[in-house]
Amino acid sequence: MLEHILRRMGFGASPAELAAWSAMPIEAVVDRLLNYESLTTDHDSKIGDPNYLGITTATGQPFSPNTLINDARQRWLFRMTHSQRPLEEKMALFWHNHFATAYSKIAGAVGQERATRMMDNDPNSLPGSEPGQIQKLRQLGTGSFATLLWEMAKDPAMVYWLDSLMNTRTRPQENFGREVMELFSMGIGNYTEQDVYAAARVFTGFNWQINGDRASTAGSWYSYRFVPGDHDPTAKTFTFAIYPDGGKTIPARAAAQGEQDALDFVLALVRNPATAQRLATRLYKFFVNETANPDPVVVNLMANTYLSNNYNIKAVLRALFNSAQFRDQASYFQHYSWPAEFVVRSFKEVGWTGFSANNALTPMSNMGQQMYEPPDVNGWELGPGWISTSGMLTRMNFASTLAGNQRFNLARDAQPYRQTPERLLDYALARFRTMGFTTTQTQAMTDYLRSTAWTGSDAQLQQRVPGLTRLIVGAGEYVFN
Amino acid sequence: MNFSRRSFVKGGVTAFTFGFAAPQVLSDIAFAQGVPSRNLVVVYLSGGNDSLSTVIPYRDPFYITRRPTIAIPAGSVLQIGTDASGVELGLHPQMTGMKSIFDSGRLAIVQRTGYANQSRSHFTGFDIWGTASTTNTSGTGWLGRYLDTLQSPVDPLVGWNTQRETPRPLMARLVGVPAITSPATYAFSSPNTGAEAGYERTAQTRISSHVPVDRPYLAFVNSTTQAALGTLDRVATVAAYRPAITYPNNGFAQALQAVAGAMNKQIGTKVFWVQTGGFDTHASQGTNQGAYFNLMATLSGGLKSFYDDLNAQGMLNNTVVIVYSEFGRRISENGSAGTDHGAAANMMVLGGLVRGGIYGSAPNLNMDPQNPTLENSNGDVKYETDFRSVYAKVLDNWLGASSVSILGADYRTGAPNVL
Repeated sequence: MLEHILRRMGFGASPAELAAWSAMPIEAVVDRLLNYESLTTDHDSKIGDPNYLGITTATGQPFSPNTLINDARQRWLFRMTHSQRPLEEKMALFWHNHFATAYSKIAGAVGQERATRMMDNDPNSLPGSEPGQIQKLRQLGTGSFATLLWEMAKDPAMVYWLDSLMNTRTRPQENFGREVMELFSMGIGNYTEQDVYAAARVFTGFNWQINGDRASTAGSWYSYRFVPGDHDPTAKTFTFAIYPDGGKTIPARAAAQGEQDALDFVLALVRNPATAQRLATRLYKFFVNETANPDPVVVNLMANTYLSNNYNIKAVLRALFNSAQFRDQASYFQHYSWPAEFVVRSFKEVGWTGFSANNALTPMSNMGQQMYEPPDVNGWELGPGWISTSGMLTRMNFASTLAGNQRFNLARDAQPYRQTPERLLDYALARFRTMGFTTTQTQAMTDYLRSTAWTGSDAQLQQRVPGLTRLIVGAGEYVFN
Repeated sequence: MNFSRRSFVKGGVTAFTFGFAAPQVLSDIAFAQGVPSRNLVVVYLSGGNDSLSTVIPYRDPFYITRRPTIAIPAGSVLQIGTDASGVELGLHPQMTGMKSIFDSGRLAIVQRTGYANQSRSHFTGFDIWGTASTTNTSGTGWLGRYLDTLQSPVDPLVGWNTQRETPRPLMARLVGVPAITSPATYAFSSPNTGAEAGYERTAQTRISSHVPVDRPYLAFVNSTTQAALGTLDRVATVAAYRPAITYPNNGFAQALQAVAGAMNKQIGTKVFWVQTGGFDTHASQGTNQGAYFNLMATLSGGLKSFYDDLNAQGMLNNTVVIVYSEFGRRISENGSAGTDHGAAANMMVLGGLVRGGIYGSAPNLNMDPQNPTLENSNGDVKYETDFRSVYAKVLDNWLGASSVSILGADYRTGAPNVL
């Protein structure tokens, strides 16, 4: 169960990490992973340390994760692999798919440096600057959903991505108004086209501004700004309740108070029971089980926890991770790993020393997931959507590259088991855990090890252990975590 | 007034309006010509194409008044003639390639395709077009169901997806469609070389043979792996293809080049999936210069190269290409010099045996509440031809399959006589 918890509440564990976690009782593990706020986050300071996952900088440039998107991608992979708060990174990944915003549209408008900052700026890198969208997801991801949704509505990357800054009282533009209901909260079937028109008018006036040294693309950043003159101050009526008393109309207000319209509307979406159900279902599918229909008992418990705890996501997660269904063996290995999860789990289980995060970026893209670049605002196609012939080929080939790179460490780790192929296979299957293989499959692995006479020599280990690693990590069974 | 003489010369090719009974089918010819060599290329425009900017009713006075900044000037359109309802139409100025295919009589434009209560959601809309169902949008796709009818054992390359993810239309119960984004990179790598790499490949093939009926999710993954391994060598031959003409250097055209290569190498693929994006033009649409202008150039340039390449190789009569999007866009522009999600739109069909021309009737953009061609308070184009009747025509007349069983209902009535 420990491995299952570590794979789901984080990204898995290296042999050394697993040994450390094994010393703690399970409830302490869950508590430590869930209540991570007290843990230090000095993982960024380890970037460049040869004992950690490597990074590759652009020729002649310093590592610039706040202004170069490729470096930001490497940094996020590094954080997913090494953060002392794996759940924080896991929730940022979950919300990134939920509030799916793509870098390239923004970069097309404001250039790569400002767009990279908008996606994942660390405010410490530039005095006065704002956290990037993903950094906000880290900070707010297990707090109140009301805060999260409100901050996302005002997030400058989101403002540009869904054309909010073009949405004015004279010509309302529906993109954000539609998606905030369809994708970010209640979901389809809970609003009408008339609600979309009204929602567009609610968010009129949302805009952005540039701050800092405007002449410097690396020294300036965008932030939210409300433009009262663009706001439609008339009343907006909806088909669902906006206020706790059941009122469905946002009253006419002076334009200068226009943001209150949006706040009222956001809170209405947050407290809507359809939102509670939808978020609970999405979290269940992500964390518990993706291959069977969600258990309505757990989903309802999570939805009710959400509604009765001020929309607090951590409370919902606590209910989820403490549920019998989450802990049940039937839930092990029932999640189609996202490319990010597959890659980071591989780093942990196979090894990372001497490997650069940069070498995972193109494979991840070919597996179908490039960080900061979801295909559209609906996010990535999850579950079987990850599985295609080129996706599987890429996973296998990535396993090959990583195993080859970690050849000597893998061979050395396997030395105590070199006497027979069967012993070696047992060791490998225990290290790279899956839902299990059939005897036909394990026979294929033993036959592979015996392709030529088995000697267990160092040279043979250095060929066959990476080869065997690649077979397991590249297998269909390993897709599920 | 300027309309194509072709519409009279061809006898029977002119536009049909809604309500006509299904015209004479061509299924006899379909079988006689050797169905196995025929293929279908589906080109999906992702994001909701502004169909009013692709095929333009340039003389409609409301076109200018409802689109003051993004309308295309009448003098710039590539005129293609008048449809049966008397509306003069022209193609977007960048569609010079498509215009020449139209002039050859091999491009059919089916106006106002869609369905009742059309979804304006990208994702629901795409799934409705994909499953050909408005009620069950999370099941198999219409192309997948076609592939499932083929006699087993089915060639693993009977379908070919040029995208990374399997799209809804290709989802099947039995047949896995390989995703081959680039024939050149579709290869098996190993941490070892020579004979060792061969031992691994053998083992990986055996390991992926576990396709358990009681765990369909695992069966799907392993059969996908099997399909990948089983197709590596044949896909490699396509990587060696040298086309008759030079395709533009963009993802869309390169995908079409790979399709032409698969045809040239006689891989035996029956259904190809190609898509190109960027059509969700909510802001700064740029129909006369900018985003949309470039989209049309990419679309037309890619399809023309493909057409010319196949023509030069004598393969044009084996192929039908259909082009569609999940919805069209609003008639009036929004405040951001763009358009929001709308409803009905054009589909296009092209190929060596396609009966080109203009089918259906153009929308009248008049704000009159009695206007039967619009809906949603005259905000959107109302459909005239159910998109599934175009699917039916292709399934029945081109692929020799049974559209009624694949689509789950009879959509043959009102189908445009494009094949």
